[in-house]
Amino acid sequence: MPADEERAQPRPARRWYRQPALVAGLAIIGILVVLAAAAPLITSYNPITQNLNATLLGPGAQHLLGTDQLGRDEFSRLLYGLRNDMRIAFIAVLFPFCIGIVLGSLAGYFGGWVDVIIMRLVDIVFAFPFYVLVIALVFVLGPGERSIYIAITILGWVSYARIIRGEILVAKRQDYVLAAQSGGLSSVSIMGRHLLPNVITQAIIYAMSDIVQDILAIVTLGYFGLGIPPPTPDLGSMINDGQNFMTTHWQLTTIPGLAVVVVGLGLSLIGDGLADLIRPGQS
Amino acid sequence: MSDNVLELRDLNVRIATRRGIVRAVDGVSLEVPRGEAVGLVGESGSGKSMTLRAILGVLPAEARVTSGQILLDGRDLVPLGNAELNHIRGPKMSMIFQEPMSALNPVMRVGRQIAEGPEVHLGYSRSRAAERALELMSRVGIPDPERRFHAYPHEFSGGMRQRVMIAIALSCDPEIILCDEPTTALDVTIQDQILRLLTRLCRESGVSLVFVTHDLPVVAQVCQHLAVMYAGQLVERGDVREVLLDPRHPYTLGLVRSAPDFDYVRESLMPIPGSPPSLIAPPPGCRFHPRCDFAEEDCRVTETPLRMLPGGRATACLHYERCSEAAAADRARP
Repeated sequence: MPADEERAQPRPARRWYRQPALVAGLAIIGILVVLAAAAPLITSYNPITQNLNATLLGPGAQHLLGTDQLGRDEFSRLLYGLRNDMRIAFIAVLFPFCIGIVLGSLAGYFGGWVDVIIMRLVDIVFAFPFYVLVIALVFVLGPGERSIYIAITILGWVSYARIIRGEILVAKRQDYVLAAQSGGLSSVSIMGRHLLPNVITQAIIYAMSDIVQDILAIVTLGYFGLGIPPPTPDLGSMINDGQNFMTTHWQLTTIPGLAVVVVGLGLSLIGDGLADLIRPGQS
Repeated sequence: MSDNVLELRDLNVRIATRRGIVRAVDGVSLEVPRGEAVGLVGESGSGKSMTLRAILGVLPAEARVTSGQILLDGRDLVPLGNAELNHIRGPKMSMIFQEPMSALNPVMRVGRQIAEGPEVHLGYSRSRAAERALELMSRVGIPDPERRFHAYPHEFSGGMRQRVMIAIALSCDPEIILCDEPTTALDVTIQDQILRLLTRLCRESGVSLVFVTHDLPVVAQVCQHLAVMYAGQLVERGDVREVLLDPRHPYTLGLVRSAPDFDYVRESLMPIPGSPPSLIAPPPGCRFHPRCDFAEEDCRVTETPLRMLPGGRATACLHYERCSEAAAADRARP
C-alpha cells in the first residue's frame, strides 16, 4: 500500500437548504408553478368564457377575485395568465442561453478575428436598450409567441456570450486545458468537455435573473397589446384591461401586477441563492 | 541511421513581446534514443518548458517555431497543422505536468479523464475505454480503482494525482513521454515512489522519456543522457554520469556545485553568481561569460556553438579543460 494513500479531507458540504434566499425563492416559484400547472383543478371557470350578465363583479365566494369587464373569472385568468407567461419565459430563456454559450466559447477560446466579429455583434446589440428593441422587433414581426421567442433570442444571447467569453479567457490558461491539448483533443471537445463544465455555472446563475427580465418583457408586450393575442390570458393584457376600472375595481390591475412582482422576486432570490451557493465569500 | 524516437535539429522558438523578441529556444539540437531517457536541466527561464511545448505543438499564442526541425520517427512535426498533430499527440507522444492538481480537470471524474484518450484516439467504446482506465489505474498503483474511478481530482492526494497523470500519459501507448518537472510539487518520499514507477513503466513498455527538471539527483536516477540548457541554448550534452561527475561547462559545474549532495557533504553550497541574462538582448559571445569564473577575452566575442568531444559528449565552452580541472579539484578535496 503506497504511503500517500491518505485521502484529502472532504470539505464540509455547503447544503443548498442552508441558503435562506434560495429556499425562499424555490418556495415562491414552487408554489406558483404548482398553482399554474394545476390551474384546471383549482378553478372550474374557463378563463376565456365570457358572461356578459356578470361583468365587473367584486370579489366574493362565487368569483374569488371577481370578474372583469367581459364577465370572465379574474382568478382563473390570473392562474392561466401566470401559466402562459411563465411557460413562454422559461422557453424563451433557453435559446439565447444556448446560442450565447456557443458564441461566447468560440470568441473566448479562439480569440483573434472570431473574437472580434462576435464581440462587435455583442456591442451592437448592447448599444440599444433591451425593452425598446424587444418592442420594436415584436412590432415588426407581428404579435404572438413566436415573435417573442425570436426577439428575446436576438437580444438575449449577448449577455451569455459576454459572461462565457470572460470565463473561458481565464479558464483556457489553466494547465488542464494545456494537458487536454497535449492529449490531442480537438478544439471542440476541449471546449465542450473540459472548459464548459467549468464555466457554465456563471451562465446558469445569470439565466435566473434573465428569466425575470424575459417575464417583464412578455408582460410589457402584453400591456402594449403586442404579446399573446387576446383572448388568451396574459398578465400584461390583464393589467391593461383593468386600467380603465382602476378607481372602482382596483383588484383587476393590482393583483396581476402583484403576481408579476412575486414571480420576479422568487426568481431573483433563486439566482442570488445559487450565486451564494456556488461562489461563497464573493457576495 | 540511428534509432532515435525524437530528434530536434537546430530548433528555434521566438516569443513576440512588447519589449522585443525573446529568443526562448535558440538552436537546440537533441536526440532521444528509443527506449531511453534524456534529462534536460537548467535554471527557470532557460527554455526547457518552451522546448517541450514546441515539441508538442502547444506553444502559447505569442510564441512560434521560427526554424529547425522536430523529427518524430523521422517525420517533421513543425509544418503540421493542429488537426494532423492531434493524431500524434496522445497515441505517439504525451506529457506529464509539474502540478497534477491544475493539470487535471477539476469537474471531471478521474476515470473518465484517463479513458478520454483511448476513446478519442484508439476508437474504444465508452465501456472498453473505462476498462482500459481501470487497468491503467491498477498499473500505476492506485488502490481500489473501481471506487476511485468515480472520484474527482480534489479527492486525491498529490502523489495519487501524479499517478493519475502518468496513467493518462500512458493511456494510448505513446512512444515518448515528455515530463515537465513531474516530481517538483511532491514531497521527497512520494517523489521517489513516482520516479520508480515512471522508470519501471517506461522500461516495461519501451517508452522514451524527455525529463525536464532542475533536480540533479533526480536526473541521475531516471535518465541515461543529460542535456544542459542555459539562456535558450544547449551548453553541454552527454552521458548523465559523465556529465555530472566531470562537467565540461562551467554552468554545469555551477549547477553541480549548487546542488546539495549527501554522499559527501560540502561545507557550504556554492551558488552561481548573478542571474540569467535577458533573452531579448543576450550577451555577445558565450552567454554565460558574465557569470563565469573562467571567462577569457575570447569568450566575450566568439560565438559558442555546441562542439563534439571524444566519447560522444559535446560542450559549448571554449575552455572546458579548465572546468574539468576545477571539477577534479572538487573531487580531490576531502
